[in-house]
Amino acid sequence: MERILEVKDLRVNFKVRGGTVQAVRGVNFHVNKGETVAIVGESGCGKSVTAQSLMRLVPSPPAVTTGSIKFKGEEILTKSLRQMENIRGKEMGMIFQDPMTSLNPTLTIGKQIMEGLVKHQGLSASAAKQRAVEMLKLVGIPNPESRVNQYPHEFSGGMRQRGMIAIALACNPSLLIADEPTTALDVTVQAQIMNVMKDLQVKFGTSIILITHDLGVVADVADRVIVMYAGKVVESGKTRDIFKNPKHPYTRGLLESVPRLDQKKDEPLIPIYGTPPDLIKPPAGCAFAARCKEAMRVCLPNDPALVSVEGEDHRAACWLNHELAHPISSEGGESA
Amino acid sequence: MATIETKQGQAVDPQGLTKADFQKLDHSEKKGEVVVRESISAWKDAWLRLRSNKYAMASLIILLLIVIMALIGQSISGHDYRSQDYMATNEKPSSNHWFGTDDLGRDVFARTWMGAGISLQVGLYAALVDLVIGVIVGGIMGYFGGKVDEILNRICDILYSIPNMLIVILLIVVLEPSMFTIVLALSITGWISMAWIVRGQIMQLKNQEYVLASRSLGAGSGRILFRHLIPNAIGPIIVTLTMTVPNAIFSEAFLSFLGLGVQSPAASLGTMINDALKAMTVYPWRMLFPAVLISLTMLCFNIFGDGLRDALDPKMKK
Repeated sequence: MERILEVKDLRVNFKVRGGTVQAVRGVNFHVNKGETVAIVGESGCGKSVTAQSLMRLVPSPPAVTTGSIKFKGEEILTKSLRQMENIRGKEMGMIFQDPMTSLNPTLTIGKQIMEGLVKHQGLSASAAKQRAVEMLKLVGIPNPESRVNQYPHEFSGGMRQRGMIAIALACNPSLLIADEPTTALDVTVQAQIMNVMKDLQVKFGTSIILITHDLGVVADVADRVIVMYAGKVVESGKTRDIFKNPKHPYTRGLLESVPRLDQKKDEPLIPIYGTPPDLIKPPAGCAFAARCKEAMRVCLPNDPALVSVEGEDHRAACWLNHELAHPISSEGGESA
Repeated sequence: MATIETKQGQAVDPQGLTKADFQKLDHSEKKGEVVVRESISAWKDAWLRLRSNKYAMASLIILLLIVIMALIGQSISGHDYRSQDYMATNEKPSSNHWFGTDDLGRDVFARTWMGAGISLQVGLYAALVDLVIGVIVGGIMGYFGGKVDEILNRICDILYSIPNMLIVILLIVVLEPSMFTIVLALSITGWISMAWIVRGQIMQLKNQEYVLASRSLGAGSGRILFRHLIPNAIGPIIVTLTMTVPNAIFSEAFLSFLGLGVQSPAASLGTMINDALKAMTVYPWRMLFPAVLISLTMLCFNIFGDGLRDALDPKMKK
């Protein structure tokens, strides 16, 4: 399968007063054409920074980004600002978390869709407007002809997010980065938005990187899942493998902390206690050890490598997968 | 199909319904997607709010009248502002000379409106220069921040620390006193407050997510600054502008009063007041009309500016 994006040893450091925050610490992953890859993890574990650095949107300074990001075979990190402006919006699109703030209140939705079309495709104003109406129709906004002239405040939250999708996909990018696209929306609207994204993915063959902490959404749409913790990938694999057979206690913790409909009433939810470590001085060993129920002696001084585990393309960074470790309990709920 | 006319809230007679009434609706028949509300742009919204403010509207109307009179006042008076009539000096207001005449027998009515025109022009040009320089410099300071901001900000500080009137008076003494000189002198330091206001606004706005969204679509710095950020700061900019106009008018009147303004035979409200001062106790009307007009203009600009601020930014109002 054609690899559209390949990230190798991506590191993002922020210089702040107290030292250097290592927000992303050597991340490797790839995205194939037409596939959906989900990046999951708690707040502050480097998901959004990873996503934004793919488009070089992390403000620099203070950020220093190293490693390699190959998009369609070309290195992103060495491109000039001008070259980046031609890639952003045209080759890669981005959707943001809060549709209330990510649209400009002083411009009509139509004008905001037209902006990229005029810049990247050189369309005339009238042709761009026609395309804007088509895009609004595609994302399922009724009466697109009159809606195109309306301002963001006249749209509901779900409609604004559809508008955002229309803006991001107007130039038909080959990669769409969706940074928590449904987090700020209520459940019925979430499903609509995910359906719109799935439909358009089939129609245009777009690859999607979906950043979320909503595992329900992940199970629904993602082909592969990347679990991040403290700026590193701790587990990656096919969605089915990750959900059925998680090989990292953090992944298991994430799955257990989601309420399920088939759960018995007296069965408690199991949270992951504690918070992620301060990334100004990340721990020498496994970053999750301090919160891990299965932590062992080996975990504190030694950082586990991301190694292949059972299942196709399934990898995890945990000492429990070492042959000398005690067998990991497969049903997380029972060990509690 | 039998449809039953019902008033809202009244129960339908169940006997009158037929089977056809219970057929399933098509999606298009549900009419859930009709845009009901009329689209109101931010400008229209602000205008509606402004219109309901009686004081601001009255001020606006008075200002418009003053502008119209400044344009046509001379011609309807029947007298030229500079033609002198030594047979009729210092006359009281009469049917011939509506506001009386001055010590050279010139018609005060014609001169007052001529002066108002010059004062308004000075205010307008000074405000425009402030607007252009202030928005560009302030925008650059706010958007780029860091060293650029630091350097420009220090330049502003230095300019601001020099007594304003001193620069203005020196400049006018060096150059010839004229409207151009006055506008130039007023705008040398006048743009600084505008720049600081724009800077503050842009600093606040540039962290908004729509700026990031626009960057993710490939927009460059210039586009983000002028298409996304400055339109969002337009409220404070316009309000500052309406406060700049009366300030400039006032400064011009002050300079004219000192004899540094436009030179005779042209007149501004300030020079007229200065001329009339010498004979204030004997011929008070010569001072009355220009003084009332300048006060009225200032008052109206201030009230209108206030109303405009409330209309453009309703959150500011308490």
